[in-house]
Amino acid sequence: MAKKQMDKATIRERIARRAEKEIVSGSYVNLGIGMPTMVANYIQDGKQVVLQSENGLLGIGKSPLKKEVDPDLINAGKETVTAQKGASYFSNAESFAMIRGEHLDLAILGGMEVSVTGDLANWMIPGKMIKGMGGAMDIVHGAKKIVIIMDHVNKHGEPKILNKCNLPLTGKSVVNRIITDRAVIDVVEDGLILIEVAEGWTIDEVIQSTEPKLKISEDIRTGTY
Amino acid sequence: MKMIYTSFDDAVSDINDGSTIMVGGFGLVGIPENLILALVDSEVKHLTVISNNCGVDDWGLGLLLKNKQIDKMIGSYVGENKEFERQVLSGELEVELTPQGTLAERIRAGGSGIPAFYTPAGVGTPIAESGEIREFDNREYLLQTALKADFSLVRAAVGDQDGNLVYNKTAQNFNPMMAAAGKVTIAEVEQLVETGTIDPNHVHTPGIYVQRLIEGKQEKRIERLTIRDEA
Repeated sequence: MAKKQMDKATIRERIARRAEKEIVSGSYVNLGIGMPTMVANYIQDGKQVVLQSENGLLGIGKSPLKKEVDPDLINAGKETVTAQKGASYFSNAESFAMIRGEHLDLAILGGMEVSVTGDLANWMIPGKMIKGMGGAMDIVHGAKKIVIIMDHVNKHGEPKILNKCNLPLTGKSVVNRIITDRAVIDVVEDGLILIEVAEGWTIDEVIQSTEPKLKISEDIRTGTY
Repeated sequence: MKMIYTSFDDAVSDINDGSTIMVGGFGLVGIPENLILALVDSEVKHLTVISNNCGVDDWGLGLLLKNKQIDKMIGSYVGENKEFERQVLSGELEVELTPQGTLAERIRAGGSGIPAFYTPAGVGTPIAESGEIREFDNREYLLQTALKADFSLVRAAVGDQDGNLVYNKTAQNFNPMMAAAGKVTIAEVEQLVETGTIDPNHVHTPGIYVQRLIEGKQEKRIERLTIRDEA
């Protein structure tokens, strides 16, 4: 089947393109490091978005041309960037005041595990070197909407959406929506609701690869991305 | 008047063994490169270092680490440094990981007379295990205490003789809060100008927070050069 042959880059692009649809024109958005940063590449023309970088930039622009590179201007992933028209610079204290103060509309972050109650684990694996949580623990409590993008299952084919996270948490009851290579699932008060299924997958396949029981939305759509 | 130095070695000569120091920067951006090099030369030991990251293996705070001058590191992300990992696993280095926003606010609090504050960051996670949780408006928050330092080492683009500082772009990061939270703040500036040159409207760090200034040239190494093609 075609879906089994999709390579990693294609899967990441599929997830990033679907995540882009979460971004409403006119909103302030924080994109996490890694796959979430890729979402910026797919922002549709005409959508006005202000991207926040927690190291002190509101209004991340495109990657610089070689001649535009400024070593003093980076994003939170330490990549060289530019500032878009209307951008502002500030300290990390101001940046996280902005985040915790719920001024951002949306944050799209990566995930290792998400639980049925919206707990998120994405910063450490016991037994492996702990690199640190960076800004993730602050951001999950700040943005008005938290969207997690990740593969639906781990490399052993086991669910990453669980009744209870096995890994140490980044935040408790913080996730609003999960977007994977297979489905879009919302976290609501009494559990998880399946709202979209990706092309090449069936509702049953999604249910089987998700540990908690899924409610099926009345408006469920399949093959949407 | 502020102490204006011409030798980086002299500027850090009274940083003694066992001192707690804050060092500005995010990754390698906005770090006081020459002050760090002077600390390496001074061979001061048993430092507690408060900084968001710990440099890379061969630059920034990574140099102090390689030289085994750091006993304890307080930061939020230290993943760019292999020597760091080795020293943590061997027990040579103590680490206190704190969420980035909490770190910024702990330093801000330290410089502004606030002993502690509550934040939602970390509630329900391993970092809250021994912490004090309190509920406000039906939401849980974690108590965090302020951070101060014996010396703060910061980097600015421009400084004047009265210690007023201006930062460039994202090289601002942790520098302003650290300038306020150090008993003695040493500012490494790219350009030292006469007092009155900086428009008061544009001052980021008022001179009251800065005790020493020194002008120097930085390498400004880039960790992840990302460019787009002309077209």
